[in-house]
Amino acid sequence: MTPQEIHDSLKATFGDAIADAKLDTPQPWIAIAANRTKDICFFLRETPSLQFDYLMCLSSVDNKDGRLGVVYHLYSMTHKNKIVLKVFCMRDNPHVQSVSAVWGTAEWHEREAYDMMGIIFDEHPDLRRILTPDDWEGHPLRKDYKVPEFYQGIKVPY
Amino acid sequence: MGPQHPSTHGVLRLEVVLDGEIVVEVIPHMGYLHRCFEKHSEHMTNYQQVIPYADRMDYLASMNNDWGYALAVERLLKIEVPPRVEYIRVIMAELQRIASHLIAIGTYGIDMGAFTPFLWCFRDRERILDLFEMTCGARLLYNYIWVGGLSHDIPPGFVDKAKAFCKYFLPNVKELNGLLTFNQIFIKRTANIGVLPADVAINYACSGPMLRGSGVNFDLRRDDPYGIYDKFQWEVQVGRGEMGAVGDCWDRYIVRVREMEQSIKIIEQALASIPEGDVQSAVPKRIRPETGEMYIRTESPRGELGFYVISDGSTSPYRVKARSPAFVNLSVMPEISRGCMIADLVAIIGSVDIVLGEVDR
Amino acid sequence: MEELIRSLIGDSILVYVLMAALPLVFVLLYALVTLYMEMKVSAHIQDRLAYMYTGWHGVLQPVADILKLIQKEDTIPTAANKPLFIIAPYLVFIGTYAGFAAIPFSSMYVGSNINIGALYIIAVSSIVVVGILMAGWASNNKWSLFGAMRSAAQLVSYEIPSALAILVAVMITGSMNLQEINQFQDGGIQNWLAFGGPLPIAKKLLLMPFTLTTFFILFVASLAEVNRTPFDLPEAESELVQGFNTEYSGMKFAIFYVAEYANMFLVSGVAATLFLGGWTSPFGSFMSGPVWGVFWFVAKGMVFVFLQIWLRWTLPRLRVDQLMYASWKVMMPFLFVCILAVGLILSL
Repeated sequence: MTPQEIHDSLKATFGDAIADAKLDTPQPWIAIAANRTKDICFFLRETPSLQFDYLMCLSSVDNKDGRLGVVYHLYSMTHKNKIVLKVFCMRDNPHVQSVSAVWGTAEWHEREAYDMMGIIFDEHPDLRRILTPDDWEGHPLRKDYKVPEFYQGIKVPY
Repeated sequence: MGPQHPSTHGVLRLEVVLDGEIVVEVIPHMGYLHRCFEKHSEHMTNYQQVIPYADRMDYLASMNNDWGYALAVERLLKIEVPPRVEYIRVIMAELQRIASHLIAIGTYGIDMGAFTPFLWCFRDRERILDLFEMTCGARLLYNYIWVGGLSHDIPPGFVDKAKAFCKYFLPNVKELNGLLTFNQIFIKRTANIGVLPADVAINYACSGPMLRGSGVNFDLRRDDPYGIYDKFQWEVQVGRGEMGAVGDCWDRYIVRVREMEQSIKIIEQALASIPEGDVQSAVPKRIRPETGEMYIRTESPRGELGFYVISDGSTSPYRVKARSPAFVNLSVMPEISRGCMIADLVAIIGSVDIVLGEVDR
Repeated sequence: MEELIRSLIGDSILVYVLMAALPLVFVLLYALVTLYMEMKVSAHIQDRLAYMYTGWHGVLQPVADILKLIQKEDTIPTAANKPLFIIAPYLVFIGTYAGFAAIPFSSMYVGSNINIGALYIIAVSSIVVVGILMAGWASNNKWSLFGAMRSAAQLVSYEIPSALAILVAVMITGSMNLQEINQFQDGGIQNWLAFGGPLPIAKKLLLMPFTLTTFFILFVASLAEVNRTPFDLPEAESELVQGFNTEYSGMKFAIFYVAEYANMFLVSGVAATLFLGGWTSPFGSFMSGPVWGVFWFVAKGMVFVFLQIWLRWTLPRLRVDQLMYASWKVMMPFLFVCILAVGLILSL
């Protein structure tokens, strides 16, 4: 299916949970609502004509306009098709519905997104830090991140 | 099993809940080798400066890391590289694949208690590292594949030495098979252990030998081609459950062994027809892509290595996300290791073939 | 040998002390040789050269190793059980060395010519299990404990096939005295128990498959007794760091090491004595005599030691349950059949 068809089919099923889309770039993307990601992804995985059963990558992005974003790169093993989904959430209240029930691999990717960017994934089975120590403060990949002076008595910047 | 342990292949801490010798639950803790690759790449003043950092992610397969990142930036810039560069990139990547698989096989033997295959694999790997040293001066971390080209051209004598290596290596694989692969004790230790069903593998986005060992016939070099892989003939190796269930540790191991032989095939085909040219001709003086983003995935020895590069129109990257195969493959390990013994846990970790530099980035 | 020493010193307790100390001298010299052999054999199997600079081709390296171990700091973990921790290596060595008392090195020298030699060796080598358990428990380290428990299970399980195999040899000779078993096999290679013993040719041919099988099983079981690959679960583990050895350093570690090598020679010596003729020469009366006896015995023992080293660097290791399976469900049934068959044939 072409990206335009995927966009139309999503719009038909979910209506206004689908926001804008950019379909004329080499890697077209569709923006979706932050609180309906699980349903939309289930639809994308289960519909026989789409069958996006492989989550290639889940990245967190810090857009400078006060929003944080999550980018999902999906691939279908049967149809050999790719699509990109984007979710935007406000910086001071970053909540996105988790998709770890749809793809098992999302569990660790979302933990990394939480660790690095501070995005909180609702309904995640085990949301805790993965790459930084469990008691680290701050979210390193944010653009306004300041390295802490001391961590448990050790001087951090040198 | 704490961070320092002979068989966790790096600094990985596994919290293992045991019932006698049976594993009830495995909870991996990582982050001991986190070196902030993504944050560093945002502060580089030049896209080329990220390449040494990308090298150090998966330090056992540096060429593939470099190539993945360079490919992503080249697609953003919409530039084409000369054919000579493409051929040399394929040769280097396949040599690197063999070197990485040799380590995987050797250390897997040591985990099982067979000390000799490790040294035989390293003896063969030394030859490959000699080839790399001839070309770019480094043995492990090369900074060789740049955006738009290569850092050095291959020296005279490289082609002959590489051909000699290919002739030398294939009988050694047979020797290795006789010693380790078809050894009854090794088969007893690895067959029917850690069985990963194909649908679980796809759901957990496993890739590379882990996915192919479960019987899924999927290889990025053929199914999502990049470079000039479509010009070469080779077979994608898939686990067929010869010694036990499909998707057990032995299947993943044999996929790696057979992939080495297929890599030799590709290298020989590439060596036979390298065109002439200048490897630095397409390297841009100033890398300033237009605003946009690109996700490119390449087949590294461990699986699907993806780079998601977002550019905001300036000379330094806005966001570089590295999707590392070892990180994703490790996430399925707690699922497949319930109910096995500690000795089996070591076998399963060895068959996932993790490199902590890549897991933690 | 005893009379020789008595005639030199006179009748005192020193005679017995010297008799007991002779194998110790042998064990220490042999340990140096085996250290070198292991180093070089493993290196050549792995397609590399080992030490080449200490002495010609590394001959002085074992001396250097021993010197290093002796002068190392002997650490004891704070939370370890001190008395048990200190006694454990000596117990392992005692268990091994006590077995040397009953093995005849030549027709003139056997430490103690007791009537129940075979039984004594089996019994005394079990002390090693106690020593290993003590080492694992006293280290206060979960990995050592795992290694020690596995080792105890393995040693105990594999003593049964060893004992049954020794029983076959005892049945054919009719005596448990190792010196008598050796003299029974005197006269040449065709008289060795592995090939049926000095019996009429018909019985020999009937016995040969069973004695060869028993000999083979004895060798494999003895590999398990000395904790060598493919049965080296309790130590040198990629899962258990170093098993029950983990917390040991310096002289105590050296004692464990020497005890392991001594154990290797003990089981090789037992196998050689019982099935390959011990100190008897394979050529009958050519090259035989008390001094030649020592040479033949040590040579046969070293062949087995070399075989053990060779196997260690070739094979992967078995998992704990597979090891138990091999002992209880494979070796013991085979041995029962052999014992029955040998008993039947002997009574014909």
